[in-house]
Amino acid sequence: MGVYLKGFLIACKGIPATVIVSLIAIVIGAAFGLLLALCSQTKSKVLQVIAKVYVDIVRGTPMLVQALIMAYGIPWLLQSWGIGFKWDDFGGMAVPAVIVCGLNSAAYLSEVIRSGIQAIDKGQMEAARSLGMSHGMAMRLIIIPQAIRIILPAFANEFVTLIKETSVLGYVGVVEILRRGQLWNSSSFETFPAYIGVALAYLILTIPLSKAINGYERKVARRESAA
Amino acid sequence: MSMIEIKGLKKSFDDLHVLKGIDQNVDEGEVLCIVGPSGSGKSTMLRCINRLEEPTSGEIYIDGDLVTDANIDKMRTKMGMVFQSFNLFPHKSVIENLTIGPVNVKKEKDSNARKKGMELLERVGLAEKADEYPRNLSGGQQQRVAIARALAMDPEVMLFDEPTSALDPEMVGEVLDVMKDLAKEGMTMVVVTHEMGFAKEVADKVIFMDDGVIVEEGSPKDVLENPKMERTKDFLSKVLI
Repeated sequence: MGVYLKGFLIACKGIPATVIVSLIAIVIGAAFGLLLALCSQTKSKVLQVIAKVYVDIVRGTPMLVQALIMAYGIPWLLQSWGIGFKWDDFGGMAVPAVIVCGLNSAAYLSEVIRSGIQAIDKGQMEAARSLGMSHGMAMRLIIIPQAIRIILPAFANEFVTLIKETSVLGYVGVVEILRRGQLWNSSSFETFPAYIGVALAYLILTIPLSKAINGYERKVARRESAA
Repeated sequence: MSMIEIKGLKKSFDDLHVLKGIDQNVDEGEVLCIVGPSGSGKSTMLRCINRLEEPTSGEIYIDGDLVTDANIDKMRTKMGMVFQSFNLFPHKSVIENLTIGPVNVKKEKDSNARKKGMELLERVGLAEKADEYPRNLSGGQQQRVAIARALAMDPEVMLFDEPTSALDPEMVGEVLDVMKDLAKEGMTMVVVTHEMGFAKEVADKVIFMDDGVIVEEGSPKDVLENPKMERTKDFLSKVLI
């Protein structure tokens, strides 16, 4: 049993890296995702197309490939142009990892945010505008706060997905949960305990989150039915 | 000078001509009621006044100023709007619904806006509901809050888009009473309504619209009791039974 506990504890050492990358990435994703959602709803055809193409590309390619392009492809490209660029000079390999995760979840979150905004009755925008609010002010004060309540569960689900997806970041030099387990496996050859430990480390992150989402959804459902 | 001037107003949705040329003036302190069958364009006309619908052609003047895309936010602060479905902000308490406009649009101090908001709630008989959320209010109460919200901006004109159509019958009276008080105080009002009793009692002028044009206009007595046009008679015979 001791070897399983050891595998679990070693995997747990990767939790800070996984959590920090996921947290920063979800913040980037939310901000950039909101921007994409707003672009897709403007009257400007150009912005609409840019947002659409971005989302299609990101959703249509594996995150591992995106991470490899960001971490190794871009430095190679810049060096081939004679620009000496190393991620290590910009805070290490965690930086491209966070950027890729953020840009990736932005593409998914933009759809979530867009549908949340569209779910708000259009009378809300009309009421806000008829008080003299600009479109931007109405979005900020009236539409987005209401949309957030609607999208919160989907947003948290995306966070759970993101935590799991960060497991590919071992390939670009981030020592997160999976990478910890792999490193231990290659020195101890305790293969089954190592990967079971990794799985448990992810579960202690994802299960409480999923429970919290379910609890929130039940609470909202109760409140709606009481109203 | 007229408070509201509507000149040659036309509105089309693609091939559908909803308004086919409307000219109308509303004087300061006047109450104009717009009646007519559904689909006649009366709500569209009202919504063109504060540009929730952009007119296809024609001009709207409020207090002598032409309403344009450029000045619309400012012009809307002069026009309170009350909707059929209330459209209160569900994530804000009743009092916050009243202060959010003045504080953010007119940059009033929060304490002033609150004080004024409480006075308005007093006026519509809902001061004790200030800290409730809209979902805990009845339809009639929500609509009275919506009227107070519009009044909180100190508008010169109030626009009502079928304000009692979504209400249970027993709640219609409380909303109409608030509107009657407003009319007595001299507010300039444009009211799209199916409440013929209200129109008869409160309106200075009634217009009957059908198929995107004003068919008949005049005093409530003229239009509602002695209509001259066949279409008006036909409509009234259906609603007044």
